[in-house]
Amino acid sequence: MTLDSAAATRSIRRGRLLTLVALLGLAGLYVLAIQFTPTERFQGLAQKIFYVHPPAAYAMQLAFVVTGVTSALYLWLRDPRLDAVAEASAEVGMWMGAIVVITGPIWGRPAWGVWWAWDPRLTFTLIELMVFAGYFALRTAVQEPEERAKFAAVVGITALVLVPFNHLTVYLFASQHPTPVVLDPSALGSPDKKLPPAMLRTFLTGMGVFTLLYLGFVMQRYGIGVRRLIREYDHAS
Amino acid sequence: MSFLRAVIVIMAKDLRIEARQRTALLTTVTFAILVQLIFVFARPAGELALSVIGPSVLWVMLTFSSIVVLNRGFLLEREHGALDGILLAPVSRVAFFWGKWLANTLLVLAVLAVAFPLWVLFFGLPVGMALLGVLGTVVLALAGFTAAGTLFSAMTARTRYAELLLPVLLLPFLIPPLFAGTSGSLRLLQGRPFEEIAGWLRILVIYDVAFLALASLLFPHVVDE
Repeated sequence: MTLDSAAATRSIRRGRLLTLVALLGLAGLYVLAIQFTPTERFQGLAQKIFYVHPPAAYAMQLAFVVTGVTSALYLWLRDPRLDAVAEASAEVGMWMGAIVVITGPIWGRPAWGVWWAWDPRLTFTLIELMVFAGYFALRTAVQEPEERAKFAAVVGITALVLVPFNHLTVYLFASQHPTPVVLDPSALGSPDKKLPPAMLRTFLTGMGVFTLLYLGFVMQRYGIGVRRLIREYDHAS
Repeated sequence: MSFLRAVIVIMAKDLRIEARQRTALLTTVTFAILVQLIFVFARPAGELALSVIGPSVLWVMLTFSSIVVLNRGFLLEREHGALDGILLAPVSRVAFFWGKWLANTLLVLAVLAVAFPLWVLFFGLPVGMALLGVLGTVVLALAGFTAAGTLFSAMTARTRYAELLLPVLLLPFLIPPLFAGTSGSLRLLQGRPFEEIAGWLRILVIYDVAFLALASLLFPHVVDE
């Protein structure tokens, strides 16, 4: 048995501390974005979403990749802790995805005039959320911890393989989403397309804050998951 | 027993059961026809031509009929402890997967043998070479559908909510082949040049290869105790 109750408590405590730091960072990010970053000329205040929405999308993607990788490792090593990490990461990914699909339409309404435009990235996020809704539905349907971990790992890995197909599909479907401005290769040559330093600074702060939020949440959720597993094993024996 | 022979024996077993019972096949064929009927009546009559929604109806019908067939595949094994029998037999798990996959694919094709001609009839589609192309696209997409579906149904069949879980788990995975298939067949029916269709077919082939390989790799983990 590799499950350790004291380690779970430690993970929850550390996660809580990290989350607290991240939440302070989030408050700081809001102040930075609203007070100390210039307002964009064409989109006005609506553009402020840029400091929250893409970082949440990145955190979701990070979360699902971690789930996929830990799922594969679980099938190989059969360590229940890997399953707990996969589950924790998937759950945090769901919430990050929820932030993406909620903030997206809030920006879409003033920018495009409609709440939901079937824009590729938002559609991609929605499909990912559906995949992981199925992941959790399957988890709740299996009682036996080892079988549940195995089945969930299979879905976690398959979901990772679906990602490129999903990307391709939604881009072929339609595209009216703004193109990337931070990592856009075509923007390198043209100074007018480049992000002003103040905006870039706030954006990078957002990415950092969401990484911390992700880590803090996952550490707490991992601890809770390990505790649940211990209780399940105690119950069974 | 050689690999190929094991695949064929498992496939033949499933097909024989379905051929003898007939209930499942008959029900799924009826279901496929009803899906078409539902679409015809769910459309504002006179405002949307049948030929326009034709390809969409075909693909929705294919998706749902596949799920009905796939749901059965492993529930069958649950009865009378049949699964344990196969697992005890000296048959590789990968051969087990391929046998189930072939059987599922052929069963959906059997449903299509009735439903496809009716679709051509109901939606007033011109009979010609384009239809052969559409059928080829369907077979290509179906291979991927059933690859992911056979893997997932092996898991859902072992839960109490099999019939409910499989569609929820599987449908998001069918979106890429569904979209490529619908786009490809629409262009085929419009008589577009092959270059416009090749891209969609390529997506289907890559999806098939990726999911068949992945399912072969993961399936042994799913059935093993």
